[in-house]
Amino acid sequence: MKGRDDLRLLLVLLAVLAVVPAVASNLVINFLVTALIVALAAQGWNILGGIGGQISFGHAAFFGTGAYVTELLQLRLGWNAWATAPIGILAGALVGWAIGAMVFRARLRGSYFALVTLAFAEVMRILANALDFTGGASGLLLKLQPGAEAFQFTSRAVFAWIAIALVALVLLGTRHITRSRFGAQLVAVRENEDAARALGVDIVATKLRAITLSAAITAAAGVFYAQYFLYIDSQIGYGTWISVEALLASIIGGVGTVAGPVIGALALHGLGELTKGLAGQITGIDLVTFGLLLVAAIAFAPSGIVGAWRRYRGSRHRA
Amino acid sequence: MTSRIMLPAMSRRALLGTSAAAAALGMPAILRAQAAPVKLGILQPITGALAQDGELGRFGATTAIEEINAAGGIKSLGGAKIEMVFADARSNPEAATQEVERLQSEGVAAIVGGFASPICLAASQAAARYNLAYVVDVGVTDAIITRGLTNTFRFAPGLAIVTKTAIDNLLALNDSNGKPARTVVLVHEDGLFGAGLAKLMQTELPKNGFEILETIPHPTPSRDMSNVALRIRALKPDLVIPSSYYGEFVLLARTMQQQRIRPKGIYSVLNGAASNFRFVKEFPEAANGVMDCNHWADPRKPATAELRKKADAAGLAWAYNIPLNYSCVKLVADALERAGSKDREKVIAALASSNFAGHIMPYGETRFVNGQNQGAQPVNLQVQGNDIKVIFPVAFADAKPRFPFKA
Amino acid sequence: MNYPPAIIAEAAVNGLLTGSVYALVALGLTLVYGVLHIINFAHGVLLTCAMFAVWGLVTFTGISPYAAILPLAAVFFGLGYLLQRYLIGPASHGDDGNILLITLGLSIAIENALLAAFHGDTRNIPGDFGFEVAPVGPMMISQPKMIAFAASLIVALLLWLLLARTDTGRAIRAVAKEKLGAGLMGVSVGHIFGITFGLGCACLAVAACLLIPSFYVNPRVGNAFVLVAFTIVVLGGMGSVPGALCGGLFIGMVESLGGLFLGDSLGQLGIFVIFILVLLFRPAGLFGARA
Repeated sequence: MKGRDDLRLLLVLLAVLAVVPAVASNLVINFLVTALIVALAAQGWNILGGIGGQISFGHAAFFGTGAYVTELLQLRLGWNAWATAPIGILAGALVGWAIGAMVFRARLRGSYFALVTLAFAEVMRILANALDFTGGASGLLLKLQPGAEAFQFTSRAVFAWIAIALVALVLLGTRHITRSRFGAQLVAVRENEDAARALGVDIVATKLRAITLSAAITAAAGVFYAQYFLYIDSQIGYGTWISVEALLASIIGGVGTVAGPVIGALALHGLGELTKGLAGQITGIDLVTFGLLLVAAIAFAPSGIVGAWRRYRGSRHRA
Repeated sequence: MTSRIMLPAMSRRALLGTSAAAAALGMPAILRAQAAPVKLGILQPITGALAQDGELGRFGATTAIEEINAAGGIKSLGGAKIEMVFADARSNPEAATQEVERLQSEGVAAIVGGFASPICLAASQAAARYNLAYVVDVGVTDAIITRGLTNTFRFAPGLAIVTKTAIDNLLALNDSNGKPARTVVLVHEDGLFGAGLAKLMQTELPKNGFEILETIPHPTPSRDMSNVALRIRALKPDLVIPSSYYGEFVLLARTMQQQRIRPKGIYSVLNGAASNFRFVKEFPEAANGVMDCNHWADPRKPATAELRKKADAAGLAWAYNIPLNYSCVKLVADALERAGSKDREKVIAALASSNFAGHIMPYGETRFVNGQNQGAQPVNLQVQGNDIKVIFPVAFADAKPRFPFKA
Repeated sequence: MNYPPAIIAEAAVNGLLTGSVYALVALGLTLVYGVLHIINFAHGVLLTCAMFAVWGLVTFTGISPYAAILPLAAVFFGLGYLLQRYLIGPASHGDDGNILLITLGLSIAIENALLAAFHGDTRNIPGDFGFEVAPVGPMMISQPKMIAFAASLIVALLLWLLLARTDTGRAIRAVAKEKLGAGLMGVSVGHIFGITFGLGCACLAVAACLLIPSFYVNPRVGNAFVLVAFTIVVLGGMGSVPGALCGGLFIGMVESLGGLFLGDSLGQLGIFVIFILVLLFRPAGLFGARA
């Protein structure tokens, strides 16, 4: 019931989205791509933070690594963009695994885990800003070469379709995980570590698998960001904005649910445009709304939009 | 020079006035209303961390557009008025890219602005996809013009030019005052602008007989400048060359004042505070004597004084953003005038071949090579008697340098 | 880089003085952690609020920032009490992870509301008195920093006395040790949570009054302090008042001397590295305080 509901929801969503780039203006497509990049990062966050219950404040570490590695391989070694993309994702996964190996072995969880991930991301931001190799404070700029062979399409619509495909792929993957043995172990770890251990679950190994997978997906968002905007610096790659947006989208959409991060990202960005439209040019008014939404979501809708939708459906079925 | 530029403009306006009057008498009204307005994109960060700069830039652009329209619009397009399409870059490159998409969909003929280097980099590239002319107002990083983008033009000087001029001017200043300075400490913020500048200084200054005692980077924001001040006190340099943003420089200048550190000069480059009237007004003691090599309007052009009066009336502090954006908009208007068309190729070609001189910067005639205005140069300023004066080059100066500075 | 001993000594003293204010910020954080077992992510933005409040008071009424300490501490105590009792407490449904997220949400909302109200530019209080110095031997020591140092020590002492010697303090300690048991003994846990959060906020108000003479304020200024404060709390042992004080002074010294020898940019990197290392290897804190 629960799984079918999610699947129906997301299939409708993707079908609608896939039509948009064919008919909409570049302005709408651009909005869509930006929201989908956040959605992808949030999908990554959700594996670890939602399904696994390990709330991270530092997913920028993975997003930035994906973005930096693709750009560096192209700029410093002259690789083709298509070849750099999987390496960027791998590098992100590796960083995730390394951080996980240190942090989970030290048994850090809860608030400690959140803070230590933030600290890792900040260390990477300061290093990326200070080292010449990463372009220092000037950041890295990919040359504009519109064309499919350089992973830079002349039409923005193609970017949108690729983003939709990636998000769909991760949706199906996440759905698969929630029904797998690994997913069950992860949920067991989230709900009660001692009980999970008693059931024979290897806590550290399960968490490590989750953070590696989570980091890889968020790194993919970083790779895509780099190819779409062609410019990154330490603030874009490793700044707190992406950590926070990935977390916000997941929680507001429905933490731990399959479709939550995608719905959350689209809802947040839609709301952001709306508040800016309504409130005009008041600085940061969209972020004020986001912050209050986060508080409200936790106070009144712990399972986000998806949870509220389910409750609504449930009450209708009963009626 | 000023009168040479102004006179033809005046007479042309006068001429146009009579012909317009004649048109009003003799022609049907429909014909005059036919000139569709030309849309011009103005991109500035008016929300977020850079909001203040963005507001100043917007004011400069708006004023220029009002003046152009009041003077009859773009004559070669039948007196078409310029219609501003404003876009908020929200202080980040991503938002700027989105706004460029919007400006594109609204059909602007060109885009002016950006302010911060990352915004300019991202926005000009987004505009390049549509072959849409982009005129950078400030963005100093040289990556902006070394990417081979044909649509991007920078009217103001970049880091390389500013540093070279700063060093040349420093040498001239030092030589003409009996060479009081030899040893230098560089203080810079560790972001794009400060770090880039320090790197250029480190290679250029020693070639010219200066000794760099130390290079001190600091983050933005910084909680404390006492360490930097202490190091300066220990090193006893003749000259301190800081490049930082507003908050940190104010902190440094006040800490140095507090610690009674008085080098022969503080010679800053593109400093966030030294050319800012707020600093001068709030901390006159710390500010007095500080020199800066920066963008600044030509103080001797009458149009500069007029614009400054308008800015005062609007309650805005005078800063370089205003005349730069004012001049950039006039530069684009001149290009549209010569192109006689809103066609993008033609507008870009007209900008590339521009020899525009009706601006109020101390630049002379405009000439773009690979998108960089070759005539662009910064000037040296010094805070003197609670005012910001141009002290160098002599051709544009409205005050004499006081170096070494004695309070 | 060789510096004369006088310069190194002065850097050390500077660090100690700055560290005392860090300690004050960290005290509020560690107190809230020790009792509520939560990490208050909104701590930095509440400091920013307090700094704007002092800035406003000083700029528009012309009073001395030091005269603002008592009234502002009282106001922030009340504010903190209400915030915890009627917002954070009920909204979190008693879950620690939720509190972290709620305080994150609050910090995002408040920081940007301040940005909307005051824009991004930095402000200072008028006048130069924040930059007065007193020559101590060969050193030039900033007067506001010496005042801040003394005041921070007094606040730490008062806080310690409050916890050790008063009924409220005993109730706070009881709740910190055994929430359920204290509740059964008739202590109103919600009330004590509120009081503790209020005390944490009052510490921030004092810190804001001490910082403003020689510092500036903008909507993001609290962020610069909050990660340092987290490091201090972790270093001193979560929930330990003496630990926070020692940790603050230590970090102040490390930052100042590190900044002198390595540069300020890398100095900040050092703080994060210390933070990570302590969490990984000595999660109970360097000073062996209770875990």
